Amino acid sequence: MNPDLVLQNWQLFASGVWMTLQLTFLSLLIGFLIALPFGIMRARRVKYISPLINGYVYLFRGTPLLVQLYLIYYGFSQFEAVRESILWPILREAWWCALITFALNSGAYATEIIRGAISTTPKGETEAATALGMSPFQVTSLVLVPSALRRALPQYGNEVVFMLHGSAVASIITIQDILGAGRTLNAKFYVAYEGFITAALLYMAITFCLVGIFRQLEKRFLKHLDLKR
Amino acid sequence: MKKTLCAAAMTFATLAGAASAADLKICVEGAYPPFSETATDGSVVGFDIDIANALCADMGKSCEMLKTDWDGIIPALLERKCDAIIASMSITEERKQVIDFSGKYYNTPGRFVGKDGMSEDDLSGKTVGVQRGTIHQAFMEGEFPDVELKLYGSQDEVYLDLVAGRIDASMADSIAQLDGFLNTEAGDGFGFFGGSYSIPKYHGDGAGIGVRKADTELRDAFSTSISNIRTSGEYETINSKYFAFDIYGG
Repeated sequence: MNPDLVLQNWQLFASGVWMTLQLTFLSLLIGFLIALPFGIMRARRVKYISPLINGYVYLFRGTPLLVQLYLIYYGFSQFEAVRESILWPILREAWWCALITFALNSGAYATEIIRGAISTTPKGETEAATALGMSPFQVTSLVLVPSALRRALPQYGNEVVFMLHGSAVASIITIQDILGAGRTLNAKFYVAYEGFITAALLYMAITFCLVGIFRQLEKRFLKHLDLKR
Repeated sequence: MKKTLCAAAMTFATLAGAASAADLKICVEGAYPPFSETATDGSVVGFDIDIANALCADMGKSCEMLKTDWDGIIPALLERKCDAIIASMSITEERKQVIDFSGKYYNTPGRFVGKDGMSEDDLSGKTVGVQRGTIHQAFMEGEFPDVELKLYGSQDEVYLDLVAGRIDASMADSIAQLDGFLNTEAGDGFGFFGGSYSIPKYHGDGAGIGVRKADTELRDAFSTSISNIRTSGEYETINSKYFAFDIYGG
């Protein structure tokens, strides 16, 4: 055990934490922006579009994140057409490949979470809104979606933690995230334990922060469902 | 019934895999052609593996090859998952602090590979890919500090990104790159550039067989066997199977 090595290389881990947070939160944000309209359309069973969304969700939930990342990073770059396309400056970068993969993956899971929350909305809520003379758009934007998002909060909190942990696969495509820092330490000094235990503790610390934040959010937004009082 | 059968089959497969009666377990890598590559059936083949088998035969021991990622190959040795590393590992001072080495079994210099027409003067500000934790990483960090380095888990991945154009050059063993990349279809339009580097400070004394520090007997047995197969002609036979000249080096 040699904790000094970790302290000497703290910058490696600091930039790793920053990289992991960046990738996790940007992909969660983009994923959410994908999932909100997709989830609503899925729940509404919109003609022609819903089956397409279904396909996307199946694809990304049915395959491991690591395989998706390999396909987008190493798979696409094999084709001349991709390398000559205008997308190449983006797909050339490991960081963008990771972000795209993670965002699409998170989007697929969040779509299902939102769809589930919408379709389990008590009928009474929307009926009451309609009875008050709200238009279908108003019913959706003012009643259905806010109510569903509140109830989706605990499940979405899980998705956020999964995304954080899933982001560790980024280190495979040369990205120096938290795990990448641990791997570099291991490769340079042959200290597997020190590098990986530091990485594990950092992931754990971030996870606890996230869980804490979601607990506060749930307290606030799910107050009306707390039946104990 | 189906479920029980399935579970039974899986248990069997696991048990069969775990049981092994070999005298020595050898850690090999499997992503560093032509020294070590994974065949379509999952077995590992190459120069390192042939040498390993020849050394085991010379020592009169049965050996089992254990495919291990480069990143985890020294930890695997220290954790007794295997007894020796035969994976083109260069004998360096840093590694000698952790493990022990036999005498070298080959020594070839490191070289750059890039698009035809590149030169070392173009490198500043460019991106070069190396395998993480190799002598070539240490060399690049020491001698080319203004080049952006990308670290890969295996040399095969470096080639993939070199072809894709994500990196401008690769720095690795010359022979590995010649046979593992330049002489393959993927290597069209690429070539060596710059000098041949063999600086003891970075590159060490050639590739040796890594063993745990306590296993001095095994270390010496490997060293003896290396010189035995050198004199018996076995080394030459294996060498000529892969290379046009003797890679043992001076």
